[in-house]
Amino acid sequence: MSTRLPGSERTPMTRFLDTRLGTWTGFAAAALVLFGLAPLVLSGFRLGLLAQFLCYAIVAVGIGLAWGRGGMLTLGQGVFFGMGAYLMAMHLKMADARFEGGPGAVPDFMELAGIRELPAYWAPFASPVFTVAAILVLPTAFAVLLGLAVFKRRVKGAYFAILSQALAGAFAILLIGQQSLGGFNGLSRFRYFFGFTLADPANQRMLYFIAAAVLLAVVAVSLQLRRSRYGELLVAVRDAEERVRFLGYDAANVKVVAYAAAALFAAVAGAVFVPIVGIISPASIGIVPSIMFLLGVAIGGRASLVGPVVGALVVAWAQTALSEQFPSAWTYAQGLLFILVIALLPGGLASAAALTKRFRTKPTPVEAAA
Amino acid sequence: MSAVLTCKNIEVSFDGFKAVDGVDLELARGEVHFLIGPNGAGKTTLVDAVTGLAPYAGSVVKDGEELRGKKVHHIARKGIGRTFQTAAVFEHLTVAQNLDIAAGAGRSALSLLRRRRRLPAVVVDTMDRIGLRDAADTPAGTLAHGQKQWLEIGMLLVGDADVLLLDEPIAGMGHDERDTTGRLLHDIAADRAVAVVEHDMDFMRAFADRVTVLHAGAVLASGSVDEVAADPRVQEVYLGTAKEAADAARA
Ligand SMILES: Nc1ncnc2c1ncn2[C@@H]1O[C@H](COP(=O)(O)OP(=O)(O)OP(=O)(O)O)[C@@H](O)[C@H]1O
Ligand SMILES: [Mg+2]
Repeated sequence: MSTRLPGSERTPMTRFLDTRLGTWTGFAAAALVLFGLAPLVLSGFRLGLLAQFLCYAIVAVGIGLAWGRGGMLTLGQGVFFGMGAYLMAMHLKMADARFEGGPGAVPDFMELAGIRELPAYWAPFASPVFTVAAILVLPTAFAVLLGLAVFKRRVKGAYFAILSQALAGAFAILLIGQQSLGGFNGLSRFRYFFGFTLADPANQRMLYFIAAAVLLAVVAVSLQLRRSRYGELLVAVRDAEERVRFLGYDAANVKVVAYAAAALFAAVAGAVFVPIVGIISPASIGIVPSIMFLLGVAIGGRASLVGPVVGALVVAWAQTALSEQFPSAWTYAQGLLFILVIALLPGGLASAAALTKRFRTKPTPVEAAA
Repeated sequence: MSAVLTCKNIEVSFDGFKAVDGVDLELARGEVHFLIGPNGAGKTTLVDAVTGLAPYAGSVVKDGEELRGKKVHHIARKGIGRTFQTAAVFEHLTVAQNLDIAAGAGRSALSLLRRRRRLPAVVVDTMDRIGLRDAADTPAGTLAHGQKQWLEIGMLLVGDADVLLLDEPIAGMGHDERDTTGRLLHDIAADRAVAVVEHDMDFMRAFADRVTVLHAGAVLASGSVDEVAADPRVQEVYLGTAKEAADAARA
């Protein structure tokens, strides 16, 4: 079936997963692996790594929606990931300072930098409620405004990609210049997470569970969006934006929704990432990390639901395993991989199963008719 | 005759070149109105102007409302639907999904976020009308050429357009398909205004209620098929040459 989207070829497996029973089975299996198997077989250190990778996977689900279904090449998700991460990090630093130095204390890194007075914009982040609200609202609102400005002007394709990437670069540079946000070093050395001490392995495990739960939730939201009428409309906009306008829709609004959802996912991922990894700096949110996010999605299959998750995990794992042994080679390997996937397997790993099937077996008459 | 759509003195220029140069056009409910003219006469550009794609001078009024300056999707919501010279359906979606999207421009955000449980009646009826009921679950990209064009017309019907601007709807169709399309056009024109851009003169003679001939961006003649055919200027610039060419091609 040549007209199927890359990454959404019909195999008996995907057809089963499309049914209600299949959906529940899929989620149950994923939950079993994430909540049962992984904590059982992985050491605390490895579970922490997996938790970090799950954060990348959360970002990837959003990219799968915006890029795979909506055709928006979101090359700058580091911006939203970074917003979520810094907002969370600011709260953690504030909480630590309050806990250890009393109400008037400034975070430790400010003291070192000679900042004695707390900058006014830091003050509200003492409140956990404000922080969580800010993480959910600010990056999403920024994405809506940016999306409206860009999509109403019909900026798309490569122009949109370059714009998002430039934004990620500019955001990283902006942060490097902010001494009150830790500058080049970013924010690190967090001690407490909403009152729980981060040094405790039990709490670290809890953070892993939070990341896993968020990932499942984000996949569920993405699935609902894909199966809804909106999901069909999004594909229509991706394939023939002009045509959708002539049917009376404002295509820009359709795109903004997917773009904002992807931004929200990335922001939440960033917020969960910070207590897990213990540091956020401009280096983890600029152009290179943004491309990394995209790479995983491309490899896994951008149009499929689970492909981006698998791709993100594989790329993150490969980076950890390989970059330690061959730090310089990894950068090239990454670029090469990207080119190979785009050139040879545009549907990503998700389409590989269907591809090998097509090469190996002739379809049975029943399948051919289906 | 009560005009649904009135275009007055439409002018469209591309870098100083006037592709449409002072065209007046009235479309009335109940009529299949053919727009003919040689290649480059400005037919498609005129449709582009009316539907908000090409900026123009002049005025387009539908049901008493000026449409000039409105955005493409606003004009579509006013009940003006168009098809394109090259069929533009959503190839990766099924026939039913194509129609469901076309029927849904007025849907609330909440209903969009839900899954479609069953097809709206208007979608099912329209599939019958355009003969694609059996192809409901077929991806539109795999349809035959003619079927795609029917699907496009169907998409305008479910969207409740009452002015249809069809750009070469029978291009590439076989004889029987043309007949079917012609009858379909008359059927849907009962309570709508239908404008058809077409090169095929036999088709025009068989199905036109009214004809407007464009040449070099201007209206050369307008009236019934016989009136237009009798116009010597039309014979000179268009009908004669086109007919000869067509006859030669057929021979
Ligand atoms: N975007 C554009 N920029 C510049 N010139 C254009 C543009 N679109 C159309 N034209 C020119 O305007 C004139 C009218 O073109 P138009 O497509 O409206 O003709 P038409 O009557 O639809 O012809 P056909 O029968 O070949 O479809 C042509 O000379 C064409 O080259
Ligand atoms: Mg044309």
